[in-house]
Amino acid sequence: MIGKCSSCFMKVNGLPNVKTCREPVKDGLVIERQAGWISPDTNNEESSSVELREIDVDVLVVGGGPAGLSAALKASEYGLDVAVVDEHFKIGGQLLKQTHKFFGNVELFGGMRGFQIAEEYSKKLKSSEKIRVLTRSVVYGVFRGGLVGVIGENTHYVVKPKVVVGSTGAAERYLDFLNNDLPGVVGAGGVQTIMNEYGVKPGESALVVGSGNVGLIVAYQLLQAGVAVRAIVEILPEVGGWFVHAAKVRRYGVPILLQHTVKAVYGDGRVREVEVVAVDENFNPVPGSEKRFKVDLVLLAVGLEPDTRFFSQCGAVMKWSPELGGLVPLRTLDLETSVRNLYIAGDASGIEEATTAIMEGQIAALSAVSKLADRSKAGRAEEEMEKICKFLWEDYRTSPVLARARRGKQLVTVSREEMEKIRVTYPPRVSFG
Amino acid sequence: MSEFPYRKTGVVSLEELARLNLLPPEERLRKGPVAILECPEMIPCNICVPYCPTKAIKMERLIDVPAVDWDKCIGCGICVAVCPGLAAFVVDTSKNDFDYVTVPHEFIPVPRVGDEVVLLNKLGERIGRGTVVRIWERNKTYVATVRVPKGLSMEVRAIWVKQ
Ligand SMILES: Cc1cc2nc3c(=O)[nH]c(=O)nc-3n(C[C@H](O)[C@H](O)[C@H](O)COP(=O)(O)OP(=O)(O)OC[C@H]3O[C@@H](n4cnc5c(N)ncnc54)[C@H](O)[C@@H]3O)c2cc1C
Ligand code: SF4
Ligand code: SF4
Repeated sequence: MIGKCSSCFMKVNGLPNVKTCREPVKDGLVIERQAGWISPDTNNEESSSVELREIDVDVLVVGGGPAGLSAALKASEYGLDVAVVDEHFKIGGQLLKQTHKFFGNVELFGGMRGFQIAEEYSKKLKSSEKIRVLTRSVVYGVFRGGLVGVIGENTHYVVKPKVVVGSTGAAERYLDFLNNDLPGVVGAGGVQTIMNEYGVKPGESALVVGSGNVGLIVAYQLLQAGVAVRAIVEILPEVGGWFVHAAKVRRYGVPILLQHTVKAVYGDGRVREVEVVAVDENFNPVPGSEKRFKVDLVLLAVGLEPDTRFFSQCGAVMKWSPELGGLVPLRTLDLETSVRNLYIAGDASGIEEATTAIMEGQIAALSAVSKLADRSKAGRAEEEMEKICKFLWEDYRTSPVLARARRGKQLVTVSREEMEKIRVTYPPRVSFG
Repeated sequence: MSEFPYRKTGVVSLEELARLNLLPPEERLRKGPVAILECPEMIPCNICVPYCPTKAIKMERLIDVPAVDWDKCIGCGICVAVCPGLAAFVVDTSKNDFDYVTVPHEFIPVPRVGDEVVLLNKLGERIGRGTVVRIWERNKTYVATVRVPKGLSMEVRAIWVKQ
């Protein structure tokens, strides 16, 4: 979907379990279908030809979305050595698939299209001597002594960072209904990848499930790609996303069916029809209210869940937050978790949006600078951090449309003193620095 | 739940816009082209503000609803081009024979001047036909000014071009 599930696993050139959504097309690729997980052959030649490299850096950034890229850039501006690792072959994270213009203000890239923001960051990162970018590389785990394992194309890196910024983003949620494994049932991120990143029309007619900003925006992008959007269904009695996004699809005739959900899809080998049903105030289906639409695409935009596996492995103290989409690490105002020198930023810290992800990345980086740089730089960094924190909390997040996320982020933010106590009670398994 | 009907429909009525002070007064409408920003929610966005050449759009904080100073607005349509919400429009009801409305257009095909296009209202209903009199582009958003039957400029919010 967005590179986090296993729906697209195939054998590529004999290698099983390759996420094909992230595999660039090359001449001579041999692609074979696979069913289920296949244990890779650990004795083959390729795995023994992997080179081992050790890297020392000031800041390791895990994930090159807006949060990670802004963190990397900010840390480098203050002279720190940075390595950015991303699984994808291009940096930018979710931005790569966003063809619509972003909100916010002009200083924070507002008005630019998502992929243009990614290009801008890419250029800046490439021109910095302080930043090393490792694409097609996965941070697979952490070891005692604060060593981080990264597996790249033909290289196994062992990174020893002073500070880690975890900006791993989020994974999409799925939905339970009859035949939901038929091809044609896709996540919003998956469709955006196919359509906006690779330029392939994903179907002829679609039903979108979920009217949050993601559902509304993807519905609009489907229309742009020439896909007929029959309807958007929303289980709540109100549109989830911002009014302006809803208005954009309404004026091209897309109905939004409130208090409706998907009941089933039907088809022979792929989706041909979808059945939706009305729900009552307790979200129970209303018998007799079923409607069917002839579609070949059912697009799920039912929410995102922070990807915090790296933090769990490090032993960061976590808290369940419905407002933020799931389990997230507790953090201080400057985004340090209970694992000293492990910072969190972006959707991994709780689902929000790219503009706040950028600000969080900057805050985390500036806090790192205040620890690692000389005194004059540290002082400047602290001042800048305070300014961004103030803007983030006292301006940006005071918007009523962000109230829920703001409340969520408040509930998982603790003071430095509290965090010290938490560290004593729940000592982390690893430490960096 | 919200007290605003547009949160349920995705459609903001003229009455609601008027109640929120987002519509230009009659006498201003009669004078010539003027912007209408159908942006009633306090979202964190102010893109239209710095781009307006006459500084007609006011906003104190990033999250405020944009307020147009109708006397300063010259109806140039730059806000139509830059607004990420595609929520800005320009209407001109000052002529006797036709109304004119300026809308964003991000679909192919892109119409040319003189082309006849289908007129869509806020619900996507086809409410007539109009003729494109001006079209220009900014960062892949086209801005189309369309001549429409008298009385339709407050209804038309999109155009559709036959493939
Ligand atoms: C349809 C849609 C529309 C949106 N529209 C807007 C909008 O208009 N305005 C706005 O502000 N926001 C918008 N957003 C939200 C915004 O895209 C996200 O909030 C933002 O991208 C989060 O940034 P991030 O850096 O935290 O994560 P991501 O962008 O998800 O980046 C995370 C990166 O980490 C990498 N990664 C994860 N784990 C590992 C690992 N173990 N090893 C290596 N790499 C790893 C991933 O490959 C990915 O590239 C939209 C989102 C969607 C889906
Ligand atoms: S139409 Fe031009 S002058 Fe009027 S508000 Fe928009 S940008 Fe400003
Ligand atoms: S640019 Fe558009 S969405 Fe942003 S404040 Fe102005 S009218 Fe609203």
